[in-house]
Amino acid sequence: MTDTCDFTLAELLIVAASEAWRGNGEVLASGLGVIPRLGASLAKLTHSPELLMTDSEAFLVEEPIPLGPRGDYVPKYSGCMSFERVFECVWGGRRHAMIGPTQVDRWGQTNLSAVGDYRQPKIAMLGVRGLPGNSINHINSFFIPSHNKRVFVAGEVDMVSGVGFKAERWEQGVRRDLMDIRRVVTDLCVMDFEGPDRAVRVRSLHPGVTFEEVQDNTGFPLLKADDMGETAHPTAEQLAIIRRLDPHDLRASALKGNPPGIRAATPA
Amino acid sequence: MNKQLTAADAVAQLRDGMTVGFGGWGPRRKPMAIVREILRSDVKDLTVVAYGGPEVGMLCAAGKVKKLVFGFATLDAIPLEPWYRKCREAGQLTELMELDEGMFEWGLRAAGMRLPFLPTRCGLATDVLTHSPELKTVQSPYADGEVLLAMPALNLDVAFLHVNDADRLGNTLVTGPDPYFDHLFARAAQQCFVSCERLHERFALTAEQARNNTFERYLVTGVVHAPLGAHPTSCPSDYGWDMSHFKRYAASAAEEGGWQAYVDEFVNVSESAYQEKNGGAERLGKLPLPVF
Repeated sequence: MTDTCDFTLAELLIVAASEAWRGNGEVLASGLGVIPRLGASLAKLTHSPELLMTDSEAFLVEEPIPLGPRGDYVPKYSGCMSFERVFECVWGGRRHAMIGPTQVDRWGQTNLSAVGDYRQPKIAMLGVRGLPGNSINHINSFFIPSHNKRVFVAGEVDMVSGVGFKAERWEQGVRRDLMDIRRVVTDLCVMDFEGPDRAVRVRSLHPGVTFEEVQDNTGFPLLKADDMGETAHPTAEQLAIIRRLDPHDLRASALKGNPPGIRAATPA
Repeated sequence: MNKQLTAADAVAQLRDGMTVGFGGWGPRRKPMAIVREILRSDVKDLTVVAYGGPEVGMLCAAGKVKKLVFGFATLDAIPLEPWYRKCREAGQLTELMELDEGMFEWGLRAAGMRLPFLPTRCGLATDVLTHSPELKTVQSPYADGEVLLAMPALNLDVAFLHVNDADRLGNTLVTGPDPYFDHLFARAAQQCFVSCERLHERFALTAEQARNNTFERYLVTGVVHAPLGAHPTSCPSDYGWDMSHFKRYAASAAEEGGWQAYVDEFVNVSESAYQEKNGGAERLGKLPLPVF
């Protein structure tokens, strides 16, 4: 590596997100939002061509569709995937979605419904959407563009919309073996739930970020993965693919201020 | 046989306290001309059942919603539905059945199949059950003994849908790429009224066109001819949603007296005046479909 930073943080996160889908087999890869969608697309075009993807509307495609206005690009459909079929896919478990919940707790439970008191919320959000069914039926990962304690809350999330690893939440006789949570990609680090009793670990830190900074911005205790290192930098090949998939540079607006991939050193 | 009626005739079938379903999905293919007619009516205390878009926010703003059965409320391009949000945050909407999108489908299916419930794993181990204690679990009677959620039937008194084409007999076509769950709303309802972009005497379709028919005409009580009747939501493959109208609507939630101003401008007017206020039928018919 040279000292020159020639990639943005968004591009680093796209590459980190793409790793979530490595080795999943033939499943529907659903990346919701600009960075997760580019991550899924990059995964399909590099290490995991077996992934299924849609046009983010109603059709399957074998060639991931570039984001935004398409110019003279014509999508090549390989099948159809209505909402009804997506639900059937969900219930059969053949999907890995990366979503952006409003709150995440130490058990991997997520909230997309309401912040504050449920009957009179401080913020009424989208609603639980498909989170209850997705989370109990197939693999999920999370993308969090701003890593802070309002997202990674100290206790439980305000309204448990997606299930997690908290044993007390699971009634006896309910199947827990169909769900899994893989990666949490944030603007500071990549985390997973592979600690003892599915505790949250930091897998890798983005360039210039310290473990202490991540811990200070998280409402619950974190562990360090044994091999915790720096998040992999994008390669020239990956950057070329990302630029082709995102010709209008929507990724530049995905993170506040579009920071560089390697953070400038903090003055002493 | 001629099932044609006006939007006012259809809405006149509503009674206070009824359970009413709306087809479409978020800002997509909502029966908005009929919603505007409901907003002009005296009907109240409705239980609204929807994959929610602006119809949910508008009916909440107008104080017509006693209970909301929903999986979400959103305009997509404006993620948080402005009037739903405002009413929730003001504590004006407390009777809720918030459901996973799949549980919602299962509830409609159970109703259409005349079953009391359908089993699912969706919703277990979440606060969906905490906030709707009427939702019960059931144990598999087979060797596995698995505990499942028993999603109760979502029986509707009335369903309102908007489709691309219909004929006077009640045959319908959805020409967009996704039929959403309109067919299940039709099956779950005692009465189903369908508004349409184009009304035909009697379909004489090719096999290819007939594939776009997603439910049978015996489910359809009445047909309303309402060109551009999904506006401001989209009606694939005919037209896209109207972002400028959504912005105007969203802004009304932040203004003092905003709802009344919106009603005066866009609800208490005829459909033709409504279209003129939004730039005219020619503009609305050409609104581009969103690209993702």
